[in-house]
Amino acid sequence: MSKDKINLSRRNLLKGITAAGAASVMGGFGMSTAWAAPKSVNMGFIYVGPRDDYGYNQSHFEGKSAVAKLDWVKAFDEENVPETIEVVKTMESMINLNGAQVLFPTSFGYFDPFILKTAAKYPQVMFLHCGGLWDASKHPKNVGSYFGYIDEPVYLSGVIAGHMSKTGKLGYIAAIPIPQVLRNINSFTLGARSVNPKITTHVVFTGGWSNPVKEAEAANSMADQGIDVLTCHVDSPKVVVQTAEKRGIMCCGYHTDQSVLAPKGFLTGAEWNWSKVYSDYAEMIKTGKTIPNLVRGGLKEGIVKSSPYGKVVTAKAKVHADKIRKQFMDGSMVVYKGPLKDNTGKIVIPAGKQHTQTDIALESMNWLVEGVIGTTKS
Amino acid sequence: MWSYIESIAIPVAALLLSLVIFSVFILFSGANAIDVLEAIFRGAFGSWFSWQNTLVRAAPLMLTAICTALPARIGLIVIGGEGAMVAGGLAAAMIGIALNGLPPLLVISSMVLTGSLIGGLWIAAVGAFKHYRNVNETISSLLLNYIAIAVLNFLVLGILRDPASLNKPSSYPIGDANMIGNIGDTSIHGGLIFGVVTCLILWFVMRRTTFGFAVDMIGGNRRAAQLSGLAVGKLVIVTCFIAGAAAGLAGMIEIAAVQGRANTSLNAGYGYAGILVAFLARHNPLAIIPVALLLGGIRASSGLLQRNFDLPDATTLVLQGIIFIVILASEAFYGKLNWFKPKVVTA
Repeated sequence: MSKDKINLSRRNLLKGITAAGAASVMGGFGMSTAWAAPKSVNMGFIYVGPRDDYGYNQSHFEGKSAVAKLDWVKAFDEENVPETIEVVKTMESMINLNGAQVLFPTSFGYFDPFILKTAAKYPQVMFLHCGGLWDASKHPKNVGSYFGYIDEPVYLSGVIAGHMSKTGKLGYIAAIPIPQVLRNINSFTLGARSVNPKITTHVVFTGGWSNPVKEAEAANSMADQGIDVLTCHVDSPKVVVQTAEKRGIMCCGYHTDQSVLAPKGFLTGAEWNWSKVYSDYAEMIKTGKTIPNLVRGGLKEGIVKSSPYGKVVTAKAKVHADKIRKQFMDGSMVVYKGPLKDNTGKIVIPAGKQHTQTDIALESMNWLVEGVIGTTKS
Repeated sequence: MWSYIESIAIPVAALLLSLVIFSVFILFSGANAIDVLEAIFRGAFGSWFSWQNTLVRAAPLMLTAICTALPARIGLIVIGGEGAMVAGGLAAAMIGIALNGLPPLLVISSMVLTGSLIGGLWIAAVGAFKHYRNVNETISSLLLNYIAIAVLNFLVLGILRDPASLNKPSSYPIGDANMIGNIGDTSIHGGLIFGVVTCLILWFVMRRTTFGFAVDMIGGNRRAAQLSGLAVGKLVIVTCFIAGAAAGLAGMIEIAAVQGRANTSLNAGYGYAGILVAFLARHNPLAIIPVALLLGGIRASSGLLQRNFDLPDATTLVLQGIIFIVILASEAFYGKLNWFKPKVVTA
């Protein structure tokens, strides 16, 4: 730790900010921020939970670890940072003390107001937020969003689950009924029902992103009801996956690879591939390219992927899932196409209409597809 | 005079001992203890930036610590600061949303009053249950935390939900005009002033008024206080009300100075951290100020430890835990150390 890095007087700080601000004006920064090929790229990562949660935070930590291996990148991170003024202080500290050029505050709740306010104060730093909230008409130009269509690999998990389930009952343990979560539940169910239209998915909302006790209770009660494949959308799938294994039923993972937690019953899972996303950003900064404000993609773009198949998965299931994966890769697969009913019998997508992955209509999904047992009210 | 020296020397000695124990822990995790301690100091108090970082983290702790400290003086162990903060913040947000558009001064003062009132009633209920029905106050205040959080989730996911907040359910905003700004050109929000002033006022009240004396008397011996004619029930409920009002105010500040709207981020653990502060300060409102600064500073330095030494965030929790245990253990020394006592000259 070098002393001069830490020892910032307020005056120097203000000078630095002003100089950087002036530099950015002179450099003619337009729509997006670009750098004149710096020698090293300093990247800061912020997580809302622990780095080793086998879930969302770990997926970002793995991405950070991958990019940190590049010898021209300096990557640093901070875990357990709450969505309060503390994240503002963490961001400022990374900028002022570590010279961060780009920040990745990864929790959804960091965006408004914390990233937006801090970004206005530090126009020379790029703030890239995981979640796809950036809006060109409202938000600062040095802010951007990146996100992946993870419901594609979730659909594939559903296909595998559909092949493997003997009881025809699947279980989904989810945090809260927000569009992103509903979309995953629907994609999983549609995938499973593409194999066997009689399959149902039972949903339990735990009411929070990290509620291990409720997650375990839900998993146990689902196992008692004869559900034989579990999956989940919470910050850390660890509890759900371990409970499924203990109860002798199968499971699909989420966020990262959880196969080590359930060597017997693990089927596959939907994973983020942040290593690629972060390495791409680092490369863009190094070569002085303009950073796009919005980066989104699915299997094709390599932003999401499936976990390797577990050993119980049958060859037939693998062949089927791989066939659909190819369709995702060449863009011919559309998950949301009519006619599609929700689980109250209402037609949500009429016949002949389809929503491709990038369709904005999917971003405000507030229904559960036919075959899901549960309601959107938590 | 001697008791003053004692009340400073013992905590300082305990703090130094904690740092020694912590250093041993650091040696085991493979880092250089001196470097780590230096980094904690730099991260917490080493520069103006660090000071601001520490102060914004300390501000809510001062108010939530009051929520445990005041009832402790009257003999109740209340751990409901989190619930009172959430309830107060939620109520303040609702008033802020409802009055949005009126003059900001009016809106902000209504929010202060509502937040304190609801937070106060929240903990006053704990005191009333204890006094009239003999319900254990520690359990009831803990359970009320979960009720407050459940009500918050229910309202934020339900009638208060701003449809624009798709993936992070939140209430409508209170409006930028109604936000409490920063102090001068610092990055410290006005909540710090509320925290310091509340602690100072309550310190004065506890030391210099008959109310404060009565509270300490009940805390010392409830039966004796009753026999000497004090209205114990009334005093218990009023004390709990003031305690809850401080935590409710912390919630209001979190809404009006930080979040701008109500959502689950309101439940960030400040109420629980306040319990630690209150015990370390030995329930003295004046001592809460430096103790909150100490814990705020430790929390502020966590980032540097993670980034420069690859230590996990839990390192600072370990330090907090060691300090907590050593300070509690040091209570045993009060009044036992002869060299603090004035020599009694016998004839």
